Amino acid sequence: MAGLTAVRPAPDTDIGLYRTVRLIRRFEERAVELVRSGDIVGGIHPYTGQEAVAAGVCAALRGDDMITSTHRGHGHVLAKGADPARVLAELTGRATGLNRGRGGSMHAADFGLGILGANAIVGANGAITAGAAWAAMQEGRDQVAVSFFGDGAVNQGVLLEAMNLAALWRLPVLFVCENNGYATTLTVADAVAGTITGRGAAFGMPSVAVDGMDPRTVLGVAREAVDRARAGGGPSLVECLTYRFDAHHTWEHKARVRYRDDEEVHSGRQRDPVVIQGARLTAAERELVDAEVESTVDAAVAFALESPHPDPVGALDHLYATGMRARPGGGG
Amino acid sequence: MPWLSYQKALNRALGDEMARDPAVFVLGEDVRVAVSNVTAGLLKRFGPDRVLDTPLSEQAFTGFATGAALLGRRPVIEFQIPALLYLAFEQIVNQAHKFSLMTGGQARVPVTYLVPGSGSKTGWAGQHSDHPYALFAHAGVKTVVPATPEDAYGLLVTAIRDDDPVVVFAPAAALGVRVDVDFDALAPVPLGVGRVHRHGEDVTVVAVGHLVHDALAVAEELAGEVSVEVFDPRTAYPFDWDGLAASVARTGRLVVVDDSNRMCGLAAEVLATAAERFDLLAPPVRVTRPDGAVVPFALALDHAVQPDRMQLTAAIQKVLKH
Ligand SMILES: Cc1ncc(C[n+]2csc(CCOP(=O)(O)OP(=O)(O)O)c2C)c(N)n1
Ligand SMILES: [Mg+2]
Repeated sequence: MAGLTAVRPAPDTDIGLYRTVRLIRRFEERAVELVRSGDIVGGIHPYTGQEAVAAGVCAALRGDDMITSTHRGHGHVLAKGADPARVLAELTGRATGLNRGRGGSMHAADFGLGILGANAIVGANGAITAGAAWAAMQEGRDQVAVSFFGDGAVNQGVLLEAMNLAALWRLPVLFVCENNGYATTLTVADAVAGTITGRGAAFGMPSVAVDGMDPRTVLGVAREAVDRARAGGGPSLVECLTYRFDAHHTWEHKARVRYRDDEEVHSGRQRDPVVIQGARLTAAERELVDAEVESTVDAAVAFALESPHPDPVGALDHLYATGMRARPGGGG
Repeated sequence: MPWLSYQKALNRALGDEMARDPAVFVLGEDVRVAVSNVTAGLLKRFGPDRVLDTPLSEQAFTGFATGAALLGRRPVIEFQIPALLYLAFEQIVNQAHKFSLMTGGQARVPVTYLVPGSGSKTGWAGQHSDHPYALFAHAGVKTVVPATPEDAYGLLVTAIRDDDPVVVFAPAAALGVRVDVDFDALAPVPLGVGRVHRHGEDVTVVAVGHLVHDALAVAEELAGEVSVEVFDPRTAYPFDWDGLAASVARTGRLVVVDDSNRMCGLAAEVLATAAERFDLLAPPVRVTRPDGAVVPFALALDHAVQPDRMQLTAAIQKVLKH
């Protein structure tokens, strides 16, 4: 495996999938530390435990394919190829961040990589994804657009409306539901009548539930759906059954909310995507990848913390794409 | 010269922009058949890929437009009822409007939200008669309320070409207005530039949308006793403060007639800015809908909550007493 650090493994190989899940895991662990140290304000929604979904789905995509993401979006953005240093710079509110420090954890975007933005409003990204997919189709391009969302989004009207539009107009969209069992503290059992795949089926789109802890499984199912969409076969829904290892949001680390007992969390953590995928590599391969990931994340942390803070004079820069300036709020 | 109706002006602006720029397309409910008339003939000219009949899914099709705009399209959404904007408020104010800043300038969302028939259509009652342009102005979404056919044409063209989201309110009470114009003289009208429809010396009346025509009628009626200047901001946001300042500097008196609710309405902002910036000879007066008005059905009741000419006349007389 000499030269592994110089040549990035293809993301859809076993070693590539491992690198992605490992990178997301270590990135999130370091980000949580930066929340604790106060370098990241506002906290984060850690993606820990769900890495197989982002890694598997994005490995099925081309560079020019598009994704939209959620409040729990770091994994998707990293798996789609965003520079970890610039993502971390965004989380720490630096001028060098992906969004120049204007978006933060819940809004990371990199349009050059087809990352049309993480979105903090549950369910809102589905319709945006459909519109982007339609526009690409109109231009005769064969791009596919993926909308990631949680189980909480499946009861949002706008998402169901968007599924209808996507199915009606046979848009190249992949709806990926990450069912981690909870919307904040509310269980799926207490929130979802019928089933999640039933919602996709109701609009006549292929809808399957898969083991969302295994990157290879996710990749296989995603690839089928992506290929179908690209070939003009319309949208699909993939429900990835997964488990969130950490808090809904880092505020929970200090709060006293209790909605999962230790036993449940312990057993939920038994199937770990990093371990599952790691078992497909030799120990030597793992060590190489781990070392490369570690140095990548170290460099990202250093880059973020050394980067300049944005100048408050420009707080409302980019408010209008046309450059129009708003009246200031201060007196006088 | 030929006659141009307000409605036809909107239709012409859409057709001209669609012909000029293949990225422009229209979507909405019943737009292929053109139930509102605003999209008449467009299906035939531009085909079904550029004139999209949507299911009744305001939230999804408004979000859809954002997604298409992110890829360089210029969607124009027609909303059948002004209150449908409430359903899509999230998609407009919280998504489309915020993308540019939140992405650090990576994204542009050039969507036009067109509401042909805003305000009271008389007889359509509580859920069809709102005129919520002040809500969008408050949120910082570019918002225009053209009063005349030529401005409807020019502002819709500009809205479509603008790289930011723009809401275009075409007041129901102005849709029937017709002017005798040279079609070749129709031109884009810049956002944020008001128009003085009538020059006067004693008082500036700021009138919004269809109320411009009421203000002009009142100015004419009062012509013997008072010289009224009628200032039409045309754009609710960005507002032409300098244009208004110049007018008020000449007249020294200010009346605002505005189809918003009184509380936090557009007139409220004009009065507040006047208090900060202008030297007035008399306290300004506004004529608006009442606080929190729900437009009642019966004709007399509907009229009772609309700003009217009698109220405007009284307001003008009041500021002149000082
Ligand atoms: C429309 C909307 N409602 C409520 C919230 C507050 N909120 C943020 S995340 C969340 C739970 C989302 O659950 P889910 O979709 O399952 O995603 P997960 O957090 O499990 O990844 C809630 C209620 C929101 N951001 N948007
Ligand atoms: Mg969830």
